[in-house]
Amino acid sequence: MSTLAVEGLRVRLPTPAGEVTVVDGVDYEVQPAEVFGIAGESGSGKTISMLALLGLLPDGSSVEGSARFGGDDLLTMPRRRLRAVSGRDIAMVFQDPFTSLHPMLSVGRQLTEHVRLHLGLDRAAAEKRAVELLADVRIPDPQTALRRFPHQFSGGMRQRIAIAIALACRPRLLIADEPTTALDVTVQAGILRLLDRLRREHELAVVLITHDLGVLSSVADRVSVFYAGRIVESGGREDVLRRPRHPYTRALLDALPHPESEREQDLVAIEGAPPTPGAIPPGCAFHPRCAHLVENCRHVVPPLLGAGEGRRLACHVDPFKP
Amino acid sequence: MTVIALPRIRLGPAWRQPLAVAGLAIALAWIVIAIFAPLLAPHSSLAQSFPASQSPSWAHPFGTDELGRDVFSRVIDGSRVTLPIAVVLVALAATIGSTVGAVAGYFRGVADGVLMRLVDLVFAFPPIILAMVVAAVLGRGLFNAALAIVVVAWPSYARVARGLVLQVGDSEFVQSARLLGASSRRTLFRDVLPNVAGPILVLATLDLANAILLLSGLSFLGLGAQPPKAEWGSMVAEGTQYFQWWWIGTFPGLAIFTVVLAFNFLGDSLRDVFDPRTARRVEE
Amino acid sequence: MTTAPASISPLPRGRLRRLGGAHGFARFVARRIAALALLLVGITAVAFVLTQLVPSNAVATNLGEQAAGDPAAVAAFKHHYGLDRPLPQRYGLYLWHTLHGDLGQSSLTHDAVTHDLGQTIPATAELALYAVLFAAIAGITFGVVAALRRNKPTDHLLRVASLAGISMPTFWIALIALYVGFYRLNWFPGAGRLEPGVDPPKSITGLYTIDALLHGDLGLFGQAFHHLVLPALVLAAFNVSLLTRFTRSAVLEVIGNDYVRAARAKGLPGRVVVVRYILRAALPAVVTVLGLVFANVLTGAVLVEKIFSWPGIGQYAYEAAVNLDVPSIAGVSIFVAVVYVTVNFVVDVLYGVIDPRIRLT
Repeated sequence: MSTLAVEGLRVRLPTPAGEVTVVDGVDYEVQPAEVFGIAGESGSGKTISMLALLGLLPDGSSVEGSARFGGDDLLTMPRRRLRAVSGRDIAMVFQDPFTSLHPMLSVGRQLTEHVRLHLGLDRAAAEKRAVELLADVRIPDPQTALRRFPHQFSGGMRQRIAIAIALACRPRLLIADEPTTALDVTVQAGILRLLDRLRREHELAVVLITHDLGVLSSVADRVSVFYAGRIVESGGREDVLRRPRHPYTRALLDALPHPESEREQDLVAIEGAPPTPGAIPPGCAFHPRCAHLVENCRHVVPPLLGAGEGRRLACHVDPFKP
Repeated sequence: MTVIALPRIRLGPAWRQPLAVAGLAIALAWIVIAIFAPLLAPHSSLAQSFPASQSPSWAHPFGTDELGRDVFSRVIDGSRVTLPIAVVLVALAATIGSTVGAVAGYFRGVADGVLMRLVDLVFAFPPIILAMVVAAVLGRGLFNAALAIVVVAWPSYARVARGLVLQVGDSEFVQSARLLGASSRRTLFRDVLPNVAGPILVLATLDLANAILLLSGLSFLGLGAQPPKAEWGSMVAEGTQYFQWWWIGTFPGLAIFTVVLAFNFLGDSLRDVFDPRTARRVEE
Repeated sequence: MTTAPASISPLPRGRLRRLGGAHGFARFVARRIAALALLLVGITAVAFVLTQLVPSNAVATNLGEQAAGDPAAVAAFKHHYGLDRPLPQRYGLYLWHTLHGDLGQSSLTHDAVTHDLGQTIPATAELALYAVLFAAIAGITFGVVAALRRNKPTDHLLRVASLAGISMPTFWIALIALYVGFYRLNWFPGAGRLEPGVDPPKSITGLYTIDALLHGDLGLFGQAFHHLVLPALVLAAFNVSLLTRFTRSAVLEVIGNDYVRAARAKGLPGRVVVVRYILRAALPAVVTVLGLVFANVLTGAVLVEKIFSWPGIGQYAYEAAVNLDVPSIAGVSIFVAVVYVTVNFVVDVLYGVIDPRIRLT
């Protein structure tokens, strides 16, 4: 039984110019103890689709579809129940460790407040648990760290603290939104290793959102590629990242520079720019930038269909079919 | 090391800023009134020729005061006193203050230390106390009161200008301009000053509102305009003496209120232009 | 305004002491005190300069006619105030006297300036206390509401209302309040701290309401409070609007931050998010405004005390200025500036208490 099953998710956000569809019919499943990667550029709707699950969208947004988690639908759950689930069964780690921790509350406070709320522990028990959590994420001298403030830690350490906070109530699902983007490359590797170890130790399902395909290639089990609010390709990591079949995925991978190759290469860029949410082209959203365009692509949205070996593809043409 | 995105001025269509429009309209109306006062005022503001203490009527829309003067005419004439003086004194304070602040921020070091200590010193006194004392020392009168207010007002500009100059000076594009060999003076004028101008303008507009309040406040206390001059603050003071004849003090006060409101509306909208985070938009 | 803070490697293990944090704070406070002291000296200098600028015959005004004819008294007076010595020495003498609590003698009341101040300060303090309290409670609440309901009709309404609030001249509001509350409706008294002929409670704090309560005299408390209402509300008016606006922008600066979203994602109830996360982060900015509020209350006090015949320091300052009572002017200036600067100092320190990041700067 999957940890999370999202079906037909559609999100519309209010803007001065009217409602804009940011997520347009997205389906996927996340299995226990797997790292489910979501790849895409900014504006592709990947973050918004996650925020929708936890009820963190701005006022005036509208959400359609279902998100089954443990037998309930997150999208139709009463507020109070959702609050009980948030932070306890589903936890989230945000992108910027410099702003996702409150600057004026001690680390200990931020580690224990939701633990006491969700698990009913008293202060001593909660603090003991907090020390264990900090040790788990390899923060040196955890006892003293409890009394200190976020600005006294480096970016990488803060992100570890954020992860510790997220895991404090032993959630079944962790959503990590660009957890390494704001960090140095050397620190990134440490965070990813940490996530990998924790999910194995705690049987945790992880949704890892990133625009950095390199990150996904090192930890993800399965990958879904978002474009303009829709999933265009998904499948096993090796399949999608080494043998991509959607033109967009292909182009993304081609655009990555390969410093190890022997020949000199020009940097390849994808022509055009990703569409802004209010101005999505009709038919396949990628068609204006696609080299394999046929007439149908201009008018009909390609459905996300099975393409063998656990892979799904949304393309009329499927030019790289083996 | 801080990267600053310097504010991009984006003025939306006028109807999205109803307050700015309202503020501008009221301000312009008063400016027109001030200019055409002699034509608009039905009677002389000094002539004590009418029955005293009459409540508002068709003949005297704002009534007459205890000396038989037409309040309506006096209020209109009052605009000729308050508005020009306030504008001039704010311009003066802004110029002095911004220059001091920009110099302090640009040259830093000793100059910065000394000038900012001076600013702190002036800030140490609550404005009205300082203005009162300076005005008293210089002698009563509108001109001295205005001078006192300039003394009190310039430091705010100094602080803002200094902060901006420091920020911009640190910013990467100024540093790269310097690297490319632009001279100090050129950088100052081409790159630094235009970005300082915006917030200073906002401050000046809001300061205009405060200057009018302070000016009429000093006149209310008897330290500014002297009788029989028709000045709004001193008129409210008269009204306080004879408060049972409510029209004597209420209408001049209303005039002050509308003018100050206009500049506050304007300044607030201008501020939104430069700091969209706190801006309000009318959402459909 | 986000700045990327320097990465600070954790202090060496085992040698980590709580004092590390306390040291930083102590240094922070010490630096503030030093700046304060410098400022205070500057203030006395300014006050002294003012006294020298006012043309007056100090001897005649202070001694009165009879004593002025007595050469010995004149000489003693001149010696005490250093009138026969050069300027820098006169300043030194002035500073010396001031530090010992001798601010001279008022040429109006012929009492020591410090005595006069002692009489008038509690009156203003009482007024200011209630005004600031009311303004803070109302203003901060409105500000938070406006921020939370950003861009909705409530927000726009509050914006216009608070802009209107800071545009009304205090003396005008006072006049209208006096007319409506006293003259027309007769709900409130129009002048003074108590009814004429009524004795104030025996002085403990000098604040009639507090003193009356401390003596258990509820009737007197009621009367003192009744006299307070109108002037305090007028004083508060401007500041409610100011606080609403500042709190709104402070909260808005904070509300978009990731940590607020993270708090919600943790499942914390809305109330907790607003108070513990949003309000606390916005507090430094609001505390800054309190310094401004204090200045406004002093400003307003001068005007309000005149209209409501409130025997406070505002009245005193006004009389001194208008009658060119030099020692009083200087004395009031120093006192007011000192209090004002001290309030700002306290605000600065409070800043450091609330926001641990500040302690490192």
